[in-house]
Amino acid sequence: MSVFRHQLLVVGGGLAGLRAAVEAKLAGIDVAVLSQVHPGRSHSGAAQGGINAALANNPEGRDDTPEKHAFDTVKGSDYLADQPETLQMCKDAPGVIYTMDHWGCPFSRYDDGRIAQRPFGGAGFPRTCYGADKTGHYLLHTLVEHCYKLGITLYVEFFVTQLIVEEGRCVGVVAYDMTGAAGDGEDAGFHSFLGEATIMATGGAGRIYSNTTNAIISTGGGAGLAYHAGVPLEDMEFIQFHPTGLLTSNILMTEGCRGEGGYLLNDLGERFMERYAPKAMELAPRDITARAIWTEILEGRGIGGKEYVYLDMRHLGEERIAERLPGIRDLAIHFEGVDPVSEPVPIVPCQHYTMGGIDTDVDGQTVLPGLYAAGECACVSVHGANRLGGNSLLETIVFGRRTGVRAVENMGGEAEAAVERAAASGVGEKAAADMATYVRGLVRNGDDGGSEDPYAIRDEMTRLMREHFFIFRDQEMMQEGLDRLLALKERAKRVHLKYAGGPFNLDMIRTVELAKMVDLAVAAAAGALVRTESRGSHARTDYPDRNDADWLKHTIAHHVHEDLMPRLDYRAVELGLFEPQERKY
Amino acid sequence: MPECRLRINRYDPAADGELTWGRRTDRWDEFTVPYEGTMTLLEALFYVQEHLDGSLAFRYCCRASICGSCAVYIDGRYRLACQTNVTRFEGKTISVAPMPHLPLVKDLVCDMTSFFAKYEYIKPWLIRESGDPEKEIPQSPEERKKLDMPIDCILCGACYSSCPSVWYQDDYLGPAALLKAYRFEVDSRDEARKERLPRFDNERGVYRCHTIANCSEACPKELNPTEGIQWLKRATVRRRIFGRWK
Repeated sequence: MSVFRHQLLVVGGGLAGLRAAVEAKLAGIDVAVLSQVHPGRSHSGAAQGGINAALANNPEGRDDTPEKHAFDTVKGSDYLADQPETLQMCKDAPGVIYTMDHWGCPFSRYDDGRIAQRPFGGAGFPRTCYGADKTGHYLLHTLVEHCYKLGITLYVEFFVTQLIVEEGRCVGVVAYDMTGAAGDGEDAGFHSFLGEATIMATGGAGRIYSNTTNAIISTGGGAGLAYHAGVPLEDMEFIQFHPTGLLTSNILMTEGCRGEGGYLLNDLGERFMERYAPKAMELAPRDITARAIWTEILEGRGIGGKEYVYLDMRHLGEERIAERLPGIRDLAIHFEGVDPVSEPVPIVPCQHYTMGGIDTDVDGQTVLPGLYAAGECACVSVHGANRLGGNSLLETIVFGRRTGVRAVENMGGEAEAAVERAAASGVGEKAAADMATYVRGLVRNGDDGGSEDPYAIRDEMTRLMREHFFIFRDQEMMQEGLDRLLALKERAKRVHLKYAGGPFNLDMIRTVELAKMVDLAVAAAAGALVRTESRGSHARTDYPDRNDADWLKHTIAHHVHEDLMPRLDYRAVELGLFEPQERKY
Repeated sequence: MPECRLRINRYDPAADGELTWGRRTDRWDEFTVPYEGTMTLLEALFYVQEHLDGSLAFRYCCRASICGSCAVYIDGRYRLACQTNVTRFEGKTISVAPMPHLPLVKDLVCDMTSFFAKYEYIKPWLIRESGDPEKEIPQSPEERKKLDMPIDCILCGACYSSCPSVWYQDDYLGPAALLKAYRFEVDSRDEARKERLPRFDNERGVYRCHTIANCSEACPKELNPTEGIQWLKRATVRRRIFGRWK
């Protein structure tokens, strides 16, 4: 067991984490990134369609401005986004994208050499910058390359399991060294890291659902750790369902398919979006499009009466698909056995994005000194009740950068002194030892019988989230879902781990991450049950209308250690720029 | 319910001890995995890990062939486990092994340290001499098109594992790192002169490639590192004869 020290610890090697790390490194700070996978394998790389910024490069977007981008984002959020923060993101957008270009990101181009932009859902102008349909992959590799250039310390395949909180301040983390843990020693492979600031950038919690586009590692780990450490979660009931996931695998088919002109068709061959969003059609925001698809399915107009509809790109032609959507074609062929050039693609709405997350300000600060968060695991909030496509990649690099700046500003002084005291008093050694003890306790859970299989609990939880907290919700359905979740949370205390320690112990990783997944699911369920309105992605059949008088406010969930249920309180939405109005597309 | 049968090459450092570099154990475990409709090999590995043998180790992340985690050696071919459908084997036992010629961590997990060290050595980042403009650095669609192939590399390591020149010369940079060098050398925005080229203009670099093209056959993204390396060879020759860096 070792105790490592760096000035700044970044947990998570996706876009938000790497952008924060780069910013701090450029300021001369000793920064280390801890990541469960090599940073180049992070889920940011799966993003396809693009990243929004009012560059006004598209011939039809010459009049675009950051203010218009902010308006579209706020309207898309169903007015739950905090407006000053949203405007800040949109103002930062062009600059951070030009920087990514300067660092080598291979964006697609116009003939005049400028970055190309495509139309996306809910946007008044074509403002989504893209690199074919692999924008996330290109942005991620560009930042990974830049981290190597700057010599940032990477702890690759280190799985963070605990925050170290001393005297009301976060002073570091405990992590399991996946490839270095030799044998079943006393420490079970756990090490401690001490730092003046810790930035959580661990991504979303899509894997609490059985039907998600998200990577297998998107379990919400960082949000769960912060929540357990007393940092509240904001707006967890707002879960985005992407209209177009592949039927069999739920792998994402980018909104860019529709941005490039693809149609959605029901069993009758109708472009049914004309009934739901006559002007925007297939480019309505995701909540509206997903509800439209699900309504068609519920009313029996899914293909062959089944639970899917078609995404039809045949009319785009082979050449355009090869140029703009090559990755989509490969995915459809490999994972669905369908070539979009000649056949319509069967798709179904799937969990896609966690709008809620660790409650932060516009600079990534949480209520816990020393702890910051950025990216999908955080909630500023700029997405409110429904995120617009192309704004999540933007969020990662805008708030990754801002959080890096703020974390550096707050270094020294008390932050440094607290780490010195922690190091002198052996806090790191104790935290790692405690974690090893906890894991060995999970192994002993099997000794007295009555133990629980973590995979059975995980399976039941993900399926019930899909059944009880999907696109349409009502009181009875959600209450039953929450009751079942709370029973699972009880059972999850008795999960049995087969053995501790050793290298690449997937059984341990997947068992340890389960408790946090259940807690995030409970937070989402509790917030959803109490919110008696429909707003953005949270659509209740028993309360079909938005209720600004009572619910123009954020849900703030606090973890209460002795209770199964979180404590909920609320905070008013920050307005000031755009008056809430009815959403029409 | 249909079933697939897996035969997995195992390695546990605690039980099997240290292996000579690139060696494998002769320990193979067989598992039978039921499925409905269709199943990827990655899903089958998860079934084994959850229900049959919790100690099985393998890499995973996106399950959509873009992260490069799960490259393994299946029936003698390099494949991404997530992109391989078990139904294609029509009931025959599927042999699953770690990528050959790499040191092992456990079971299907290879040690990628040397792979990433060589990646870093090649300076895989945009090198600029002139200052950056306020907006984007202009690049025409034709210039951008030259990047199409190399930027799709997912760093899975299949090419590196498949290359005989890597097997016999462990200081050879290998196809992935050289493809990355190519990716930046052909980028119209890159202004590197002496920084990167000397790192591959030598016996550790492009001249060790004997155009065997195993890399291009192994690549699960159907990229062509051999082609990129030949381009780099021509660039080094141009520099030697004409003194031109690009």
